[in-house]
Amino acid sequence: MSILDTAKQAAAGVLSKLRPETPPDPLIARQATPGKHGSLGTSVPRIDGPRKVRGKARFAAEVPAEHLTYGALVFSSIPRGRIASLDTAAAEAAPGVVLVMTHRNAPRMKPPAGFMSDPRAAGSSTLPVMQDASIHWNGEPVAIVLADSQEQADHAATLVAVTYEAAPARLNFAQQISQSHQPESVLGEPPMIETGDAEAALAGAPIKVDITYETPRHSHAAIEPHAATVWWDGEDLVIHDTTQMLHQTRWTLAGVFGIPENRIRILSPFVGGGFGGKGLWNHQILAVAAAKLAGRPVRLALSREAVFRIAGGRTLTRQRVALGAKADGTLAALIHTGTVAMTEHNNCPEQFTFPARHLYSAETFLLEQRVTDMDMLANTFMRAPGESVGTFALETAMDELAERLAVDPIELRRRLEPQQDPTSGLAFSSRHMLKTFTDGAARFGWDRRNPVPGSRREGEWLIGLGVATATYPYYRMPGGAARITLTRDGEARVAMASHEMGMGTATVQAQASADRLGLPVERVTFEYGDTALPHGTVAGGSSQTATIAAAVTAASGKLIADLLQRAGNDSPLAGLSAAEVEARDGGLGHREKPELFESYASILSRAGLEELVAEADAPPPGEAKQFSMHSYGAQFCEVRVNAVTGETRVSRFLGSFDCGRILNPRMATSQFRGGIIMGLGLALMEETQFDERSGRVMNPSLAEYHVPVHADVPEIDVIWTDIADPRAPLGAHGIGEIGITGVGAAVANAVYNATGKRVRSLPITLDKLL
Amino acid sequence: MTPFDYARAGDTAAAVRMGSVAGARYLGGGTNLVDLMRENIEQPASLVDVTGLGSAIEERADGTVWIGAAARNTAIAGHAAIRRRYPALSRAILAGASGQIRNMATLGGNLLQRTRCTYFYDDAARCNKREPGSGCDAIDGFNRIHAILGASVACVATHPSDMCVALAALDAVVHLEGSAGARTLPFDALHRLPGGRPDRDTELQPGELVTGIELPSLAFAARSTYRKVRDRSSYAFALVSVAAALDVGGDGTVRDVRIALGGVAHKPWRAHIAEQSLRGQPATEASFRAAAAAELADAAPLTHNAFKPELARRTIVAVLSGLTETPMKEMAP
Repeated sequence: MSILDTAKQAAAGVLSKLRPETPPDPLIARQATPGKHGSLGTSVPRIDGPRKVRGKARFAAEVPAEHLTYGALVFSSIPRGRIASLDTAAAEAAPGVVLVMTHRNAPRMKPPAGFMSDPRAAGSSTLPVMQDASIHWNGEPVAIVLADSQEQADHAATLVAVTYEAAPARLNFAQQISQSHQPESVLGEPPMIETGDAEAALAGAPIKVDITYETPRHSHAAIEPHAATVWWDGEDLVIHDTTQMLHQTRWTLAGVFGIPENRIRILSPFVGGGFGGKGLWNHQILAVAAAKLAGRPVRLALSREAVFRIAGGRTLTRQRVALGAKADGTLAALIHTGTVAMTEHNNCPEQFTFPARHLYSAETFLLEQRVTDMDMLANTFMRAPGESVGTFALETAMDELAERLAVDPIELRRRLEPQQDPTSGLAFSSRHMLKTFTDGAARFGWDRRNPVPGSRREGEWLIGLGVATATYPYYRMPGGAARITLTRDGEARVAMASHEMGMGTATVQAQASADRLGLPVERVTFEYGDTALPHGTVAGGSSQTATIAAAVTAASGKLIADLLQRAGNDSPLAGLSAAEVEARDGGLGHREKPELFESYASILSRAGLEELVAEADAPPPGEAKQFSMHSYGAQFCEVRVNAVTGETRVSRFLGSFDCGRILNPRMATSQFRGGIIMGLGLALMEETQFDERSGRVMNPSLAEYHVPVHADVPEIDVIWTDIADPRAPLGAHGIGEIGITGVGAAVANAVYNATGKRVRSLPITLDKLL
Repeated sequence: MTPFDYARAGDTAAAVRMGSVAGARYLGGGTNLVDLMRENIEQPASLVDVTGLGSAIEERADGTVWIGAAARNTAIAGHAAIRRRYPALSRAILAGASGQIRNMATLGGNLLQRTRCTYFYDDAARCNKREPGSGCDAIDGFNRIHAILGASVACVATHPSDMCVALAALDAVVHLEGSAGARTLPFDALHRLPGGRPDRDTELQPGELVTGIELPSLAFAARSTYRKVRDRSSYAFALVSVAAALDVGGDGTVRDVRIALGGVAHKPWRAHIAEQSLRGQPATEASFRAAAAAELADAAPLTHNAFKPELARRTIVAVLSGLTETPMKEMAP
C-alpha cells in the first residue's frame, strides 16, 4: 500500500534530497489564545462525545434496515484440509432460517487484493472466501446462516453438520522457525540492514549481552466487535461497516464482486476501537454475498468468539538482541534479528527491528526480520505492530547492558544518542528524546531508584522502578483529498473520508480546519466516515492527523485563491495575492495591514454565492524522505511484585513524549494513556492461547483472554515536549501508537529492579517470578 | 442457543415438581448457565426459575446462620452477620466476578457453576465432562488453570467458585429438596472428584434442588479470611486461593483450624491433612510450612501448572501467618 510507495521513492533518496524544503506550516507559529482566537493546543471536548454517551451514535451493527436478516457463522474445527461432508438440512429447516450459504451455493467471487499489494487494496488475506471445500485455518468460516433474528441464526448455525478430511498442518512455531525466510519487504523497507561486520564486532566487544526474547500472539479486543450491515439496491451496494480503511475496502470489494467502485458506498461514522484490526476480513465479503443470495439486507455482527476466529491479531515473535559495548558504553555492535509467524496469503511481518534502525548509534548494525509460514488465521496490524514487541526486546536488552556497564539506563541512552539517523544517514527533523528522559526522570523521581535489585520492600511487596524508550515513526500517507464548503453565513464544512475510531480525529480536525480558515471551532463541521466524501487514506501508522491536515491545507489554499478572485475590485482585498493574505476572524486579511480585511460572508454575498467549494489532493509526503522523522518517549514504571505469590501490580506510570506539537491536550492524554494501558496488558497478561495440536484459539472470550481491568491500571501521568516538528503539517506527529511502545520493557525492567529476575518472555505472569 | 421452555417456580414443591422433568434445569442468576447455553454447551429443554424462592439470610437461635439459595452474592457478602462472623465468606464472594455479576448471581447457582476449562467450553475439543468418553484435550493442552490434586486421567478440570472455597472451610451444610424429600449434605460431600465420571460435578440427584445452606456456629470463624491469587487484579479465576480460619490458644498452639483451597481440584479442596497436622502444634511459620507441604505432597502438576504446588504452599503459609497477627485487618465497609 501507500507505505510501500513511500519506501520505493525513498530508494531514490539522493534525488529527493535535492528537492527544496517546504516552508513550515504557518499554523505552527500561531499560538491559540483560548476564548479569543484559535483552538489548536486547547482541550476542545470530544465533538462526538455527547452522542456517544447518550447512545445516539449509531454503530454498524445498529443500522436499521427493512426485511433485515441476521447472520451467524459456522467455523471450521481443523486447521488444514478439506470439508468431507456438509449437511445443512437441519439448519435450513430451523425456525426463521432464510438460507444457509456454503461454498456450494456462494456466489463466485474473486480473492481479495491483499493489503500492500496495491495502494488501494485492503484484503487482510488473499485467500478466496468460501469458494471451495479447502480449509486454511482453524476457525475459517464454512457456512453462514441467515435468519429473521440473531437468536434463530445462532441456533441454526449449531445445526450445520460438517465433517473434515484433515491434512498435515504447520502449527508448531518452534519447529517452523527452521523453515523461516526473509519477507520480500517489511512495509516497503528492506528486511535486512547490515552495516559493517556486526557479529565480529560483537565477538570482539569487551562487554556484551546476547539474549533471546519472546512475545506471544495477541488478539484484537476492541470494545465494538466487527460488524457489517449490508444491502443491495439493484446494482448498488451499501455497506455500513466498522472500518479504518473505507476507500481501500471499497476498491477491494469492487474487485471481489466484479462491480464498478462507484456502485459501492461504505459508511463508517463511528468505530468502537480499531487498533489495526478493523480492516477487510471474511465477514464483510460473506455478508455481501449472502445478501445477494437472499435478496435481503444482512447484518453480520461478529460474536466475541468470532473476532478471535476470523479477525487476525498480533503474531508471535522470537527475537535476538545482541549489544556489543566498549568500555565507555558506546556500541560496537547492535544486532536485532528474529522470526515471526505469518501465512503465505498475507503480508504483515511485524516490523520489530524498526526501533533499532533509528534509535541508537552503533559502529555496526545487523538488523534482520524473518518470517515463517504457518497454517493459521492471517495475522495483522495491532497498535504499533513491530515497535510494541520490538521495543520489549531492544529496551530490555538495553537495561541488561546498562547493568553490565554499571551505568544508569538513562545515562546509557545519552551516550548512544546519534547525531543523525544511524542507519539511513538522514538528518533528524525533530528529535528531543533525551529531553523526554530528563523531564520524565525529574517528575517521576527516578533518582530514588536503587540500582541494586530487590533492595526495596514494603511488607510482602518488592518495589522496583524501570525505564524504557518509546518510539514510533512519523507517517503521512500518500493520497487523500479534502473538500471545504464555505457558506455565506460564515460556516465551513470540511470533508474527507477519514476515520474516527475514538482517537479524537473529528475534534482535532475541526480545530485545525477552524484555525486554518480563521473561524471559531463551533462554526466548522468535520465530515468523515463515508466513501461518498473525497478519498481518505488508511487510518493506520498514526498517520491520519498529518494526512488530513495536508489535504485540508491544500484545499484551503485553493479556496483562498478562489475567494480572492471572486472578491473583485470592490473588495478591500482587491489586487492582493494569496501569499499576501491570511485567513482570520471569519474572513481574509492582509498579513501586515489589519485594515485590509473582508469577511467570508461579505465576499460571498457580493459574489452572489450561497457557498463556495474547494477540493484538493494532499501533496505527496516528501518530508519523510528528506528527513528522519520519528516520535520518541521515555516510559517510567513502578511495580510492586508480591514476594509470596509473584503477582505483579503496576503502582505508578509516567509517559514522557516527544511527538511534535500537541494539538488537543485532552485527546492526546487519552491516546497516550490508552496506549500505555494496552502496553500494560502486553507486559502482564495478554496471550492468545493457540493450541499447537489443532491450531485452535482456546481462549476466545474476554473472560479468558485477559486485558487490564480498571484495578490493574494505576494513575498514569503523561507529559510531552510540545516542540513542533517544522516539517510536519501543524507541526504534529501522530500519537495513537507510540503510547504502547516501550511499556513492555519498562515493566520488565521494573520487575527486574524489584526482584532481580529478568523475564524475557511475555507476558510477565506470576509463575515466571515464583 | 437451543430453544427452551421457561417457568417461574412459586414455591419449593412446585420447583421440584417442574425440575424433576427430564431436561429441566434450575435457573438462578443465570450468570453461568445462560453463558453455557449461549455457547450451546448446555441445552436444557426447560428452565425452572427459582430466584423467587427463599433468599433470607438469618441468624438463628442455635447460633447457626441460614442462607436461602436464592440469596444474591452481593447480599451475602454485605450482610453484617456474615462479615462479622464469617469474614472468609464475605471476602471470597467479593474476590469473584464483578459487581454486576455478583448482583445477579445466587448462592444456589454459585454452588453449581461449572468449570472454566477452555476445552469444556469449545465443542470442537474433546472433553469427558461435556461428552463422556470423548477424551480430554486439556491434559496435554493449555492447563494453566487446571487441577493438581485429586484429578483423574479422564479430567483435570477445576471448580471455579471462590464462595465455595470459603463454604468448604466453614463446614457449611447444604440443604436439598428432591422428589424423594429433603436431605442435607456436608459441604465437602457436595462436589465430587472427577474419577471416571467427570460429567457429574456434584452428588445431587436428578431434580434435586439446593434450598439453602447452614453455617455452623463456629466462633473462631470470626478470625477467617480468603486470599485469591490470580493473573489480574479483578475478573479472573483463581490460580490458587485459600480460605482459612484459625483458633490459637493462649499457649500459642493451634486449637482448631479450617483450610480449603481453590483452583487446585475438581472441587473446593478441604485441606484435611494440613488441618490435622496443625492441631496442637505451635502456631508458627514452621508449622504452617510443614502442614502446607503435607497437604501438597501428592500434588501432580501438568505441563503449564507446575507452579501451583509451590504457590499453594506459599499462600497457605501467608494466610495462616496473617491470621495469627492481631488485630485482624478490618474489611472496608
